[in-house]
Amino acid sequence: MWGLVDLEMLILLTMAIPTLATVGNMVIKHEDYRDTFTFACAAATFLAVLAILAKVGNGSSETLTLFDDLPGLAIAFNVEPLGLLFAIVASGLWILTHIYAIGYMRGNSEKHHARFFACFSFAIAAVMGIAFAANLFTLFVFYELLTLSTYPLVAHKGTDEAKQGARVYLGILIGTSIALFLFAVIWTYDIAGHLDFTPGGILKGKIEGPMVAILLALFAFGIGKAALMPFHRWLPSAMVAPTPVSALLHAVAVVKAGVFTMLKVGVYIFGIDFLAETGASEWLMWLAAFSIIAASVVAMTKDNLKARLAYSTVSQLSYITLGMALATSMGAIGGGMHIAMHAMGKITLFMCAGSIYVATHKTNISQMTGLGRLMPITFGAFLIGALSIIGLPPLGGSWSKWLLIIGSAETGHVIMIAVLMVSSLLNVAYLLPIVAKGFFLSSEDNPPGPIQEAGLFVWLPPAITAFGCLVLFFIAGDIQAFLMPIVGGP
Amino acid sequence: MATSEIQHTALTLHDQLPILQVAIPLLAAPLCVLVGQRHAAWWIAFISSFAAFVISCLLLVQVTDGSYISYEIGGWAPPLGIEYRVDALNAFMLFLVSGIATLILPFASASIGQEVPERNHTLLYSCFLLCLTGLLGVLITGDAFNVFVFLEISSLSTYVLVAQGAYRDKRALTAAYDYLIMGTIGATFFVIGLGFLYMATGTLNMADIAARIAEQGDNRTVRAAFAFILVGMGLKVAIYPLHHWLPNAYTFAPSAITAFLAATATKVAIYVWLRFMFGVFRPDFLFDVYTLQFIILPFGLIAMFAASFVAIFQRDFKRMLAYSSIAQIGYMLLGIGLISATGLTATISHLFNHGITKAALFMGVGALVFYSGSSFYDRLEGRGRTMPWTSAAIVIGGLSLIGVPGTAGFVSKWVLVQAAFEKGWWPIAALIVASSLLAVIYVWRVIETLYLTAPAEGAARREAPLPMLIPLWIAALSCIYFGFDGVFVVDIARTAAEGLLTSPTPLPLLEGN
Repeated sequence: MWGLVDLEMLILLTMAIPTLATVGNMVIKHEDYRDTFTFACAAATFLAVLAILAKVGNGSSETLTLFDDLPGLAIAFNVEPLGLLFAIVASGLWILTHIYAIGYMRGNSEKHHARFFACFSFAIAAVMGIAFAANLFTLFVFYELLTLSTYPLVAHKGTDEAKQGARVYLGILIGTSIALFLFAVIWTYDIAGHLDFTPGGILKGKIEGPMVAILLALFAFGIGKAALMPFHRWLPSAMVAPTPVSALLHAVAVVKAGVFTMLKVGVYIFGIDFLAETGASEWLMWLAAFSIIAASVVAMTKDNLKARLAYSTVSQLSYITLGMALATSMGAIGGGMHIAMHAMGKITLFMCAGSIYVATHKTNISQMTGLGRLMPITFGAFLIGALSIIGLPPLGGSWSKWLLIIGSAETGHVIMIAVLMVSSLLNVAYLLPIVAKGFFLSSEDNPPGPIQEAGLFVWLPPAITAFGCLVLFFIAGDIQAFLMPIVGGP
Repeated sequence: MATSEIQHTALTLHDQLPILQVAIPLLAAPLCVLVGQRHAAWWIAFISSFAAFVISCLLLVQVTDGSYISYEIGGWAPPLGIEYRVDALNAFMLFLVSGIATLILPFASASIGQEVPERNHTLLYSCFLLCLTGLLGVLITGDAFNVFVFLEISSLSTYVLVAQGAYRDKRALTAAYDYLIMGTIGATFFVIGLGFLYMATGTLNMADIAARIAEQGDNRTVRAAFAFILVGMGLKVAIYPLHHWLPNAYTFAPSAITAFLAATATKVAIYVWLRFMFGVFRPDFLFDVYTLQFIILPFGLIAMFAASFVAIFQRDFKRMLAYSSIAQIGYMLLGIGLISATGLTATISHLFNHGITKAALFMGVGALVFYSGSSFYDRLEGRGRTMPWTSAAIVIGGLSLIGVPGTAGFVSKWVLVQAAFEKGWWPIAALIVASSLLAVIYVWRVIETLYLTAPAEGAARREAPLPMLIPLWIAALSCIYFGFDGVFVVDIARTAAEGLLTSPTPLPLLEGN
């Protein structure tokens, strides 16, 4: 059946279907129909992405140019492995998150469902645009759309706290993207004459000396969604959003859009070899290492579960930046794989946090002592997600960390190996006590009693993603082979 | 078609387009008064604006290849007779001005009913048409003194239009008076400059003046003329230190009038600047010898930052937009100050893109004011709930004002930053993007007010009437359309910019002299 639909159509469909879901949410009045419609759209989007996978595999497609926005600057899309991986992760997890969001929003009697799901779907459309962007300009356009469409989600509750959080969110993301990212994009255009993502980069021989490092700095800080310190403040601020938003957008789609952009810039604009030759990314590697450790340390001090997870995300995102900054093919592949691995692990953790909130309205870790016995499925899923984040076999997170360590060893950066190891220990220190206290200690807050999980729609999705972490461990080799072409491998 | 060889013996309508562009609204204006009935007057105004818009489209398609149309009024050959000369630059501006007028009139039919007593409506439409005539005339004419005449037609009618706000707020009268004084000083300076030019060259045809100045080289009379014209038009443009009249005039004028003026009047003044700087005086001479960019650039930069800061602290939406206009004019000055084809392209495309953006925003304010009676932020709380369509259009306009990708404002800002890079002036490029961040702040204050506050007690969902909503949404959607199809605007702007830089266009008639 997919033979009848050509690839160009499929790429457009991945953006058109979520947009249709947005329209549907604004038009359909009845709640059940609306949510079912969105679910159908989510499933259709995922199918469209899978169909692209079936057609292209890990090759690259021809560029589909929609139209010229400015002379020489086209809105254009193509398929390449890194983007396809990102699209699969985001659209696949959208289905689960949507189920979860229905349970969460109804279970918590949140208001303005239509607006919520409309913005949510539109954010997914923007993510698909980012994943399939064929040039930096298209990517930038959808990057900004993603920021704007997620702003109402962060401000969703409309309280002063939510408004303040949303202001920080928007201020940092728009601020860095316009002041630094856009500046870097135009500069690149000025130097290279075009912005197409090209294997091997487009800047080689056109810029040299310290300017390479400066341009890279503009990109690294300008891509605020990658949450590189010191521009990470928006991520904890965004935690005022309802948990499904934190789960899909702020653990998967938005932050991954950031590091994905970072990888794209590193691999297809600068070129890994060019970065390695000039050593321009050396400082970025150190900064990423600092982010990894510092954010982990901050995470230990947080008692609010979502805040702790947010800082953990800041730390994990820097793994991917580090992978790019190592300027070696192993690092880039490891970074790319970490997009999928971390997404699966972190979405599990966030959904568990939301599940605890729905069932007990508890947000702080200190209140969760003994809760594990009341909510075994949630805490079991949390444990698996946490182990994957830490990077223990047999869970997915272990492979990407492994590749990053190999990358560090290849380039002779022994200190980076130490950083990754220390970070794993810190992960253990701030994630596992939650589970241990939940299961093995008891407190007066949570007297033993019958199991009190939240509804099916709330506990099932994290259980599925926890299982997903396990599956990823066994297909990691396939993912690695899938990503090889981005660094010129077979 | 577009050559100077048109023989005006053939009386096809097509050849007469340049004069019809001005004559139709000019003749329609007294007709409104004669008919004396407000509905009929509105129809006359609307039909004649629409006719002007169609004509401007017809003219525009003829000159997008970079050629020009020369039209001799009454068959008197220039430089003795008055010449109308249409090239890519002014055809594009004619398109903007007549398009905005056509868009604003349906909006006005609803909004003016609330703001101005009915007995004044026919006169108001008549003044509106005169103002339109004046603006179109300034744009199309190739005769320097004719510019002054049309400028006065538009200015005088503008003072009347601004003063019509007095039925709502008496301060409109002082605002109109301020504008009258400043505008008259500007016009006087301008005409003094023209006098000097006439003294030096003995002609008033712009192309002819240009050729003669080129022959004469540098002299004090020409310099004085340039100084007077620069400052005189600078007042009309509202460049930073000469902007005093603008915030009050925009704040207190009736909504429809503000929308029209904000989208057109200052833009036309910038056009006159461009025309005189590049088409009449020799740019190499102005910029190399007088280093004009060191006057224009700093004022542009100050405007971008100072006016944006002031806008952040406003508590009245309309006044905030007025200050943002001053800031946006700074971008246009910057484009001129970069003295390159790309810089001018940025200025010209920003003229257009900012025109439609501000038209959308001021119409949005007008629609909000329609029920709330005031544009102070505290009166607009929660309007996102009660007036969803109006508020959504304002959000689109606001994003375009910031320059978010996918909106018209982004396109011109992109070209402007690119122009700065071309020159290697990257600190300027950095300042441009930095000032956009200030726009984020003042636009977001409005969006939070509209969406993130609870509506007043008992406020029912009550959308503005359709005659207001439709033009508002046409403007908002064109902000998006021109954001994704930036090529259309930028191509014309580039043709226009190259036309300006290769000037002075040789006046074919001189060959016979």
